[in-house]
Amino acid sequence: MGAALLMAPLLLFLVLAYAWPFLGVVKWSVTLPTPGLGQYSALATDALVQSVFIRTLRIALIVTVVSVAAAYAITMVWVRGSPAQRIVAEFCILVPFWISVLTRAFGWVALLSNRGLINTWLQSIGFISEPLALVRNEFGVIVGMTHFLIPFAVFPLASAMRSLDERVLLAARGLGSSRMRTFWTVFVPMTRSGIIGSAMIVFVFSLGFFVTPAILGGGRSVMIAELIYLRIFQSPDWGLGAAISVVLVLFVGALMALLFRYVRPKQLI
Amino acid sequence: MPTYRPGPVSLILAVLVALFLLLPLLAVIPVSLTPSRMLAMPTGELSLRHYRSLIEDPRWLDAILLSIRIGIVSSVISTVLALCFSLGVWMFQPRFTAALVGFVLLPMVVPPVVSAITLYFLLTSISGMSSFFGYDTWLGVAMAHSVMTVPFATVLILVSLSQLDRRIDLAARGLGASVWERATRIIMPNIKFGIVTAALLSFVLSWEEIGVTLFITSVNAITLPRLMWMGLRDNIDPAIAALSVILIIITVLVLALRSVVVKARGN
Repeated sequence: MGAALLMAPLLLFLVLAYAWPFLGVVKWSVTLPTPGLGQYSALATDALVQSVFIRTLRIALIVTVVSVAAAYAITMVWVRGSPAQRIVAEFCILVPFWISVLTRAFGWVALLSNRGLINTWLQSIGFISEPLALVRNEFGVIVGMTHFLIPFAVFPLASAMRSLDERVLLAARGLGSSRMRTFWTVFVPMTRSGIIGSAMIVFVFSLGFFVTPAILGGGRSVMIAELIYLRIFQSPDWGLGAAISVVLVLFVGALMALLFRYVRPKQLI
Repeated sequence: MPTYRPGPVSLILAVLVALFLLLPLLAVIPVSLTPSRMLAMPTGELSLRHYRSLIEDPRWLDAILLSIRIGIVSSVISTVLALCFSLGVWMFQPRFTAALVGFVLLPMVVPPVVSAITLYFLLTSISGMSSFFGYDTWLGVAMAHSVMTVPFATVLILVSLSQLDRRIDLAARGLGASVWERATRIIMPNIKFGIVTAALLSFVLSWEEIGVTLFITSVNAITLPRLMWMGLRDNIDPAIAALSVILIIITVLVLALRSVVVKARGN
């Protein structure tokens, strides 16, 4: 019985500091500014909110496809390359992974802004006369988010690529299948659970992304998370901000439930 | 050793991805050496003025010290809570383990912005009751960071517990050890590595936390990421580049050290 009591402090802490205030946010969504479901029906009709939702889904989808594809290539080398290749790949994955999201977003500002590395270089070789708009728009957001999420996409893929049955691949090659054909018809299907897990993680992360879009979007490419921030702090409309949060949680919850129908949690690490 | 090796096409693609991953980290180096007051590439001469301003400007030093203080406090809170919880789950094996662990992991899977508004609600509610433990106070930030880091600490400790042989605990129990003795003298010495990793990860996550911190601080509790954020949103301050270079170098050194240690332990 004594052991059961050990679980109490954390459970109590999270009930008081997380579950209870979340219910408070839900209460905001149905009481501010006036009691009722007005904020939710406003969500369904507000053109700004809808355009932000659609933009968020579009960006999340693009980021997911690009991140998973890029992660697939580097994971392949990390898991199945020669010892030297593995060390280099691991370095390239883990260093960005451990560096803070702000530093990484700032790195992209330094590269992409009007007086940044890329524009300065292109202008100095006379390729362009006016700086290209690479940041403070959707392009910058997608680049920055993809960069942030590739390492997260790597882990489920790596676990899938490590655990597959080598003999099937050898059999395919032994029966005369080409490299390309073995890859597309044998290797990729065998890593399917990793691809699904990795895509889901990236997609769910991108839906609630705040820092990178806020910095690289420059206020012009607002996503859901930034909209919540703006509704809480800039045009105080706590009820709407809370309602968007509740919808976001429900949506992410549904996606997670869908994910766990296809993938065991253990396959994700 | 895998027999199915990546071919030339995957190698080329992987090199491109690797360049993409490293490029923004390398780009901050020249920016940090610019003599200009604004974000720009250095033209001709280089300067260390932005590195100097990190030491000379008290705002940066204050923010660094505050972040360290919050990191230590929140890491201790979350490691202790996670350790007790994990020991309880492991020893007691309750029927609803999956549901309990799922509940504890919520702050990790819920979109950070929703956790942020939740903790904003919590701290503004507390603010009415006490002035030093609510919105925009360092203790409030430390508590919020504990909420955000405790799932990660719990996962790490549960994973190291899952690799432990239950029979050593059964033997201790059979010989009459109390719960306290089993926990502190039998189990904890065997998961030392997991506990230390959990504490370090909690510290690092708190040290770089920005999503929640933005919602729960305004002018008093300015952590390092919060200060960087302010410098990034308005006029981009090249001191951020200098700071970024330092943080990147520390990360590389720690990772290199870690791989050396791992190798030494393996041999």
